[in-house]
Amino acid sequence: MSLTPLIAMVRKDLQLFFSDRRAVIMSFAVPIAIASFFGSIFSGPSRNSEPARISAAIVDRDGSAISKGIVAGVQGDRNLRVSTPTVDEARDQVRRGRVSVAVVIPPGFGEAAGRAFFGDGERPPLDVLFDPSRNVEVAMVRGILTEHVMQAVSREMFGGEQGRALVAQALPQIESAAMPDDQKRALVDMLKSVQNFYKREPGGQANAPRGITMPYTVREEAMTAGSNVAYNGYAHSFAGMGIQFLLFAAANLGIEILLERQRGLWKRLRSAPVSRLTLLGGKAASMTIIALMTLFVSFAFAMIVFGVRIHGSIAGFFAVSIACAMMAAGFGLLIAALGRTPAATRGVTTLAVLMMVMLGGAWVPTFVFPAWLQQAAVVVPARWAVDGLDAMTWRGIGIGGAVGPTLALLGFAIVFWTIAVTRFRWEET
Amino acid sequence: MLTATHLRKTFGSLVAVDDVTFTLERGQLVGLLGPNGAGKTTTVSMISGLLTPDRGEVAVGGERLVRDTDPAKRRIGLVPQDLALYDELTARDNLRFFGALFNLAGRALDDAIASTLALVGLADRVGDRVKTFSGGMKRRLNLAAGLLHDPDILLLDEPTVGVDPQSRNAIFDNLEELKRRGKALLYTTHYMEEAERLADRIVVIDHGKVIANDTLGGLQSSVAAAAGGGRVNLETVFLTLTGRSLRD
Repeated sequence: MSLTPLIAMVRKDLQLFFSDRRAVIMSFAVPIAIASFFGSIFSGPSRNSEPARISAAIVDRDGSAISKGIVAGVQGDRNLRVSTPTVDEARDQVRRGRVSVAVVIPPGFGEAAGRAFFGDGERPPLDVLFDPSRNVEVAMVRGILTEHVMQAVSREMFGGEQGRALVAQALPQIESAAMPDDQKRALVDMLKSVQNFYKREPGGQANAPRGITMPYTVREEAMTAGSNVAYNGYAHSFAGMGIQFLLFAAANLGIEILLERQRGLWKRLRSAPVSRLTLLGGKAASMTIIALMTLFVSFAFAMIVFGVRIHGSIAGFFAVSIACAMMAAGFGLLIAALGRTPAATRGVTTLAVLMMVMLGGAWVPTFVFPAWLQQAAVVVPARWAVDGLDAMTWRGIGIGGAVGPTLALLGFAIVFWTIAVTRFRWEET
Repeated sequence: MLTATHLRKTFGSLVAVDDVTFTLERGQLVGLLGPNGAGKTTTVSMISGLLTPDRGEVAVGGERLVRDTDPAKRRIGLVPQDLALYDELTARDNLRFFGALFNLAGRALDDAIASTLALVGLADRVGDRVKTFSGGMKRRLNLAAGLLHDPDILLLDEPTVGVDPQSRNAIFDNLEELKRRGKALLYTTHYMEEAERLADRIVVIDHGKVIANDTLGGLQSSVAAAAGGGRVNLETVFLTLTGRSLRD
């Protein structure tokens, strides 16, 4: 088999690609711009910058020591930006999306919460108004609120006036309570000990009751390529966007085949003494080359500008990239085989690429998906491509981490190729 | 030089071409005429290898065409009805690509490009992008692309659609020159005056079947005789053979 027609087909496709300014911008400039934007968002705060705070509102309609303690606690929390409007204002702010969540402490909350603390009495409700579009933030506020409520209530019950009154009130009632004598004695001893604790001389801030606090601290370690290697969010965003636009580039070449068919060019190709293998092989080769260029140009930019590095295996990085480009070429041929008209195919293809990339975790982390969708994403090639490139860049996993994604992507390439070859319309009228 | 024997092609229940047989000799131009949907393009597609006949065969120089890579395909050049050119590429790059499909390369390819562009009068536009060409220039380049590999047989599917009289006349001159060089030309058209001017033989096809195959004079004589004498032109011959009902 002569290579002259094959080489000519690849050269012609590259010439056409670079002569189309729109295609070049879409393949190189746009992924870099979007990946840079996403990278800046998902890289997390730098060491010197303030973390993003959740906007919340708190309304104290109780005015008790406990409710004041809760308000003070949430206002001092570094994860929250807290305002103290009226109930109506809070409701309006949540509805307009200005705050994610508003907490309303109703009248009598402090006294009821104190009773409930010792298990004597119903637990009073806290009213929480939330923006349903910001569920993640609401869940975080709920956790933060629990800590501050527990701290405020326990501090008051173990050292405040309300706690003293409650103990003094409880002691005489124990004698008439229906419980065994030994239990009554134990309870009376415990409450008298608490009273003795209340009567001790205050010894400054160190002896002031702190209430129940979190009994642990957290020592965090980001598991990146190494202990001295900081997480670089640009590595992930450039992988995701690189793959997205690599798929777009391949899909565009698939649509080009439909255009060639529409414009009679495919007739010329088919009338030449060239095998079907050469015709499809030439197309696949040019698609693979253009897809690889798209990915490599994006990563080169990320390396130069954002300091992205291949902390894993360089060979693994190339293996995943080439397998990904071959998969994309198969995807492009599939489009050419199954598509009817260029215009209709373009719309369907755009949707398919966006779905694939979204399910692959390039736009949003896959943990936000329902469990079934996370499992279903295993059959999405973009997921393997993103995982493979992440493994070779910021995760710093060796060549072993590239084997699975490479094989999976080659598997997808074979499936796409097989369908494309069997469904390709060879006859021209 | 080219023999089409008992060609048949169906698409589902539609019989597009049924038992079509004709020959094409060296230095001869055969006009393939027929109303819309008669089966002309399907016939040309089978001869050029774009469609596989359900029955019958195509032979070039006595050798049957059977495979996509059949070397005999190199002896056939196709000029499709569409302007099958890459608008974003220059005339040279278009011809380089189409020549390479026929295994032309290097000096041989450059010489072929120069001679075909000279033939169609586009030598001075070799470096210009096709999108800057007029309709007539594109038609002539379309013809050049089919001629580049110096085929013995040229299949022309309505090669003058949408061009001005000057370009049409230039194309006719090119075709007459090719006949003089001994090329065999199969020419489909709706323009009767083109067939009258160029064709040595005329094959009329309708409903997928060959209904006439003769010289222009032979066709005119037989139709005139049936009509009781007098001189008839090709259009009258055509309408007499195929009827006057619309074929949309």
